[in-house]
Amino acid sequence: MAHQTLDMCGYACPMPILKTKQALASMKSKEVIEVICTDQGSKKDFIAFCNQLGHKLISQRDEGNKIIFNIEKN
Amino acid sequence: MSESNEMTLIASKGTLDWAYPPFILASTGIAMGKHVTVFCTFYGLNLLLKDLSHLRISPQGNPDMPMKMPFGPKWFQSIDFGQKIPNFLWSIPGLELFATKMMKKTFKNNGMASIEELRKICIEMGVKFIACEMTMGMFGFSREDFIEGIEFAGAATYLDVAHKSNQDLFI
Repeated sequence: MAHQTLDMCGYACPMPILKTKQALASMKSKEVIEVICTDQGSKKDFIAFCNQLGHKLISQRDEGNKIIFNIEKN
Repeated sequence: MSESNEMTLIASKGTLDWAYPPFILASTGIAMGKHVTVFCTFYGLNLLLKDLSHLRISPQGNPDMPMKMPFGPKWFQSIDFGQKIPNFLWSIPGLELFATKMMKKTFKNNGMASIEELRKICIEMGVKFIACEMTMGMFGFSREDFIEGIEFAGAATYLDVAHKSNQDLFI
């Protein structure tokens, strides 16, 4: 279960990443954020983002045109 | 992960379309855990002015720019006017302003942030901006024309930062 949900539907690159970064800053280690977005490019971007910063991309799934990410803060 | 945590950009263009890449890359760089410095020189100085509302796109002399209308039925929106309109026609007064309005609407329809928003986020997240003092003098700008919190310096200052960085982009 996510501790926080961030709805970025309708926003293009780089807003989903930027807002996620800002949201993670106010969270504790091991807490999970759920990010919902419609930007197709974010599929690869969130992998790179987590990879670079050491966060864990727990899951990624499509629901219609939405992509839902669950990210655990490192 | 690479050793250096520094990233630098040189922003040298001042039209609305070219204002996006430096702000997008700078803010994303910070989001990826980098220290980011943007050196704004020549027309790139425009990106640091207090008022950004004057930024325009120029279809003239820019024949590759796709020109699709952000309204109307699908078949109409799919026409690329950039390929159909002779480039010299863009010199007719008012057309540049019209093209700028259409481009802004296209950005908005596609969920892109405005330049003002993106710059605000860059500053909030800690992107360091350097305004090129030499070009400022040349173009007749004064420090009061620019937003707060930026640095005024020259090429040597930029190169000193770039020396420690391993990601440097010229835009």
